[in-house]
Amino acid sequence: MLAWTIYISFFGALLQLLLPKGNNTLARAFALLTAFAGLCIAVTSFTQHRSGELITVANYAWIPALGIRFHLAADGISLSLILLTGIVALTGILFSWNIDRRTNEFFAFYLLLIGCVYGVFLSYDLFLLFVFYEIVIIPKYFLITGWGSTRKDYGAMKLALYSFIGSAMVLVGLIAAYVVAGSKSMALNDLAGYAFSPHFQMWEFPLVFVGFAILAGLWPFHTWAPTGHVAAPTAVSMLLAGVVMKLGAYGCLRVAMTLFPHGLDPWGFSLIGLSSWRDVFALLAVIGIVWGALVAMVQQDFKFVIGYSSVSHMGFILLGLMTLNRIGISGAIIQMFSHGILAGLLFATVGRMVYDRTHTRELVKLGPMNLNKAIPFAAITFVVAGMAGMGLPGFSGFVAELMILVGAWRAFPIFAVFVGVGIVIGVVYVWRAMQKAFFAEPGDVISHEPLPPITIPERLGAIILICTSVAIGLYPQMLLKIITPALNSPLFDGVRKGGW
Amino acid sequence: MMLTLLTALPVVGAIVLLVIGDRSKPLTRALALAFAFVSLVVVLILWHSFDSTLGTLQFEERYAWVPFLNIEYHVGIDGLGLLMLLLSAIVVPIGMAASWKIVERVPLYFALMLLLQACLFGAFTALNFVHWFSFWELSLIPAFFLIKLWGGPKSTPAATQFLVYTMVGGVAMLLSFLAIYLVTGKFDFIELAQLAQSGQLMPDVVARLSMHRFMPHNIAMILFAGAFLGLAVKVPIFPFHTWLPSAYSEAPTGTTILLTGAMSKMGVYGFLRILLPIFGAQTQAVLTPLLWLTVATIVFSAYSALAQKDLKRIMAYSSINHLGYCMLGIFALAKFTGGDAALFSQKFAAMDGVLLQMFNHGLTAATIFWFIAMMENRSNGLRGIDDFGGLRSVAPVFAGFMGIALFSSLGLPGLNGFVGEFLIFKGAFPLVTWASSISVLGLLITAIVILGIIQRVFSGPLSERWTAFPDLTLGERLFLAPAIALMFVLGLYPQLIIGVVNQTAVQLVQQLKF
Repeated sequence: MLAWTIYISFFGALLQLLLPKGNNTLARAFALLTAFAGLCIAVTSFTQHRSGELITVANYAWIPALGIRFHLAADGISLSLILLTGIVALTGILFSWNIDRRTNEFFAFYLLLIGCVYGVFLSYDLFLLFVFYEIVIIPKYFLITGWGSTRKDYGAMKLALYSFIGSAMVLVGLIAAYVVAGSKSMALNDLAGYAFSPHFQMWEFPLVFVGFAILAGLWPFHTWAPTGHVAAPTAVSMLLAGVVMKLGAYGCLRVAMTLFPHGLDPWGFSLIGLSSWRDVFALLAVIGIVWGALVAMVQQDFKFVIGYSSVSHMGFILLGLMTLNRIGISGAIIQMFSHGILAGLLFATVGRMVYDRTHTRELVKLGPMNLNKAIPFAAITFVVAGMAGMGLPGFSGFVAELMILVGAWRAFPIFAVFVGVGIVIGVVYVWRAMQKAFFAEPGDVISHEPLPPITIPERLGAIILICTSVAIGLYPQMLLKIITPALNSPLFDGVRKGGW
Repeated sequence: MMLTLLTALPVVGAIVLLVIGDRSKPLTRALALAFAFVSLVVVLILWHSFDSTLGTLQFEERYAWVPFLNIEYHVGIDGLGLLMLLLSAIVVPIGMAASWKIVERVPLYFALMLLLQACLFGAFTALNFVHWFSFWELSLIPAFFLIKLWGGPKSTPAATQFLVYTMVGGVAMLLSFLAIYLVTGKFDFIELAQLAQSGQLMPDVVARLSMHRFMPHNIAMILFAGAFLGLAVKVPIFPFHTWLPSAYSEAPTGTTILLTGAMSKMGVYGFLRILLPIFGAQTQAVLTPLLWLTVATIVFSAYSALAQKDLKRIMAYSSINHLGYCMLGIFALAKFTGGDAALFSQKFAAMDGVLLQMFNHGLTAATIFWFIAMMENRSNGLRGIDDFGGLRSVAPVFAGFMGIALFSSLGLPGLNGFVGEFLIFKGAFPLVTWASSISVLGLLITAIVILGIIQRVFSGPLSERWTAFPDLTLGERLFLAPAIALMFVLGLYPQLIIGVVNQTAVQLVQQLKF
């Protein structure tokens, strides 16, 4: 049944183009319905999932001569991310209720993007995964150039180029692995089960890992992320930061680490204190956490603050993956989910609730409008989202950071301290942005025309996202109970190295 | 269920206030106060049904929460927790009464106050680190907005400084506890304390963590420093106190009452519940520098209070001073006594003193700040020590009641402030003689500060401006009477509290076997 998430989205995209032009409400309602159907399927599968199992969703021969199959399967990790995609997709439509230019096309691209994202998370055949991964670039490029703002052509082009470079690296790596393994099959378990020589893995791993990690915002390849997110229309920012960046992180775990676990082994020599690719990427992840937070702290454009905060939060995910222990990797997956929800919420607040009303994102101009009185709902949403993002207890971010920190203590104690510094800077940038954007200094409040009130779809979207974050924060077991058994599956034998 | 109910009650109240919204200000105030009183009644029921012959945890609730991480929902109270619950339940209605004149965004203000109360209740009952830490951190959010949105002209920097300082301390503490969790797999305070008692905890942690490269050898001290920092910022201990005077003086006075009356006790509580039981050996190892810091806290803050002109700032520094005595008592507990049973028994006195002092300072400081709030309301926001003068002649009851509260703060025998300080000094003097001796200086300076207030505000020639200074109204008198009465009762019959907490004190002291 899960395969229908993909089919429905693609089919919905096609139908969007056939719908009568000019009827915006119809287009929106139809898109909402499609996304809602996808979410329903995701939720049903999520609740029916028995922990530890790998459900085969579809498995047909596709290119028999090459051993390539249309093979979809899901375990606890993919299911969590599919659930995330469903939630962000639905709320994204709620937050794009004000799109009124070429509405049909917008939602067609949007649904195409969603369909591909579902596809990546479900693919069990790596060729299929790569196809979906590659198609994602097309709709996101057109969504930014067509409906974006601020330097949209530059942002879209940069994003597309970075994605293509990453994909090229992944493609080279996958083909090499396929050929070395005897060109028989592209299925994940076949390739993961093949004993590649350690020497081969040692150069394959960084190639594929970096290829995916570019999309996950790995420092120093993160620069596409803030510019792309800022240029994109709100719903697309939500999807980009919320789920598309997770595609990269998911690829790192599912493909790079699963196929080439020996690439994480020590080199046998030490270079400025680093003695394996694992150390290198963990260091880059920590730099990303601190760097992203520092840069977010000095931004003048509200959306850039959120853009850089994504880089910082994605650093947590990569660090969690590099801890190579069960708690750290589980934490990384929870953080993928949590950041997806919270980045969506933050971009929705800044892009839709604030920018679409005030038509400025400069913090110095927003301050005097005293938005906490003008649109209190937006202020409250931002405070809650910011609190959740900075890792305050009770929200999903805390659980994720807690687990990643425990994992980091075990693997790289020194880094854990720097991560602590990153968390503190995280508090500062969220608080700085909140004060500057929503709370005027007494005395320089300027009167302005009353802003349109927050609409029902916006409220609904914000409430869905906040409730999800709180639910995970208070009851993380919900996700953990399917994630940890999935990490115990034979696929991760190499990563486990015989035990956690 | 009682403790969960108690924590949930203010949250429900906050939601009710926000849902009702800004319809009628009197209704909002009355509802908020009603919720606070219901909490007080629940706490009194707990107080009544608490078995004071036992020093163990009572009303325990324990459920698995996140089994994967061994996080439990574990609440329970001993005498220490119960006393803090009672203090929070008393201080919050006082804070609300002092906020009666708030006019902007009334529902939000009182909802935040109730949320803060819920965080206090949560933190004082939690027995699992994650659970406790959640409330510890969450309490910052209502406090931040209370200071920022309703505070004085410089409230934003003050609130931000408060938040950032406490967050930095919080993250340091979190990292320490995660390192301990990594080795022990436990977050439970009681289990960790037992491990520490058996001498197992820190050697294990050190052995596990020192395998890593770049790991310094004294890792146990670093973990201690992290936990210490988190708590020391909150109490606060010199030199981590710099956020406090501006936060207390910029906050609306009703909020200051909550901050000083109840929130500062979270730090002291943390020292008793967490730092001493779990990091006892480390505390002992650096006892001398810690005592220096305590002495500095006590003496410097007293001198700073002497130099201030703003009544709220004076009382802010005086709060630091009073909590410094608590810290003196606590560090005296960590003193190595060898096998000397006579010296060891002094620790019980010090412990009882610390508990009394926590409660008494909360009650007294809350009441004094309440008087300051009334002075602000009657004078359009004036609160300089030299702005008034001769008030005794126009407002005798006001001067009398406030005088009682001030004398209680000074430590006059017969009033509540005296007993705690007396017991602390009685216990601490034989244990840490030099530190106690220097700290006496703090008592002296505080006396000068308090007498200075009484003299300059109530005595002297009456200025023209204040000839119409209204005395306490009947409502105010009725509301104040229980607080003032409690000061006398506890001063004359401290057994009322000691009787309930003594077994807990014995238990806590005996845990510290060195």
